[in-house]
Amino acid sequence: MRNIISIILLIIIFFAVIFSISEIPFGIPKTKVGSYYINKGIDETGAVNVVTSVVLNYRGFDTLGEVTILFIAALGLGAVLATIERKTKKAIIPSSIVLSTGCKVFFPFILLLGTYIFLHGHLTPGGGFQGGAIIASGYLLVYLGCPKRRINQNHFKIIESLGGLTFVIIGLLGLIFGNYFLLNFLPKGIPSILFSAGIIPIIYIAIGFKVGSELAGVIDNLIEES
Amino acid sequence: MVFFVTFTVFVMLVCAVAACILRDLLDAAIAAAGVSLCAAILFYFLQAPDVAMAEASIGAALVTAIFIIAIRRTKREE
Repeated sequence: MRNIISIILLIIIFFAVIFSISEIPFGIPKTKVGSYYINKGIDETGAVNVVTSVVLNYRGFDTLGEVTILFIAALGLGAVLATIERKTKKAIIPSSIVLSTGCKVFFPFILLLGTYIFLHGHLTPGGGFQGGAIIASGYLLVYLGCPKRRINQNHFKIIESLGGLTFVIIGLLGLIFGNYFLLNFLPKGIPSILFSAGIIPIIYIAIGFKVGSELAGVIDNLIEES
Repeated sequence: MVFFVTFTVFVMLVCAVAACILRDLLDAAIAAAGVSLCAAILFYFLQAPDVAMAEASIGAALVTAIFIIAIRRTKREE
């Protein structure tokens, strides 16, 4: 009986989704704000990547909220895990030499890729969040492949705090130099070169460090407890 | 091109159903990672490389790792 009801409900939801999606025209701009960003974004912000110009310039304050949400999630995880009693250390099984050497070889390259992605966030696809997540996955590789290696948690916390602080201070500098938060007060330069787009690369570097250290800290917390 | 996208959607559907019905939770976590990977490929073909990058690194790598750590702490069978 329960199965029949759930199958009927699923069929109703399926048809509702199909009919509502088929009503929406695909690929046609429905609001004016999208075409405004595409036409004027490069001139107004200096960032060639339009997504970055929206995320950090037009909607920079939302990004600050997003970073804060991530910070609160990591903080909450740390607070929950701190109440659990630590088990006695299990004997660490040493990994094979192929695995540990592979991890040591790949780790710097993954860090380099992540750094490249958040450094070129205003030029190529990607940015602070993506680069930070790639850096955290590099740390995950080290934690899984070389179980004896442990990174000091406090370093993660310091880098994370500095990243968040840089974001807020740059926003407040905009308030001082101009009249609103996160004003792009630096010169915008020539589009499509590395040193362009004013404050956007600086904020993305801060976000990259912050997200990378935060996610690596989350993984460190979880692996330490298990 | 169209064939490849259709194939990716099909693989994604198979992975999603497998993640729901598999009894072994480790297999289910790997199937969920497959859904994320196919979603990242589809985002790339839909000309959203920014989202594809975030989906591949967070959805396929970090979330799967967190699931596997959680399975190691609890039990493996459903």
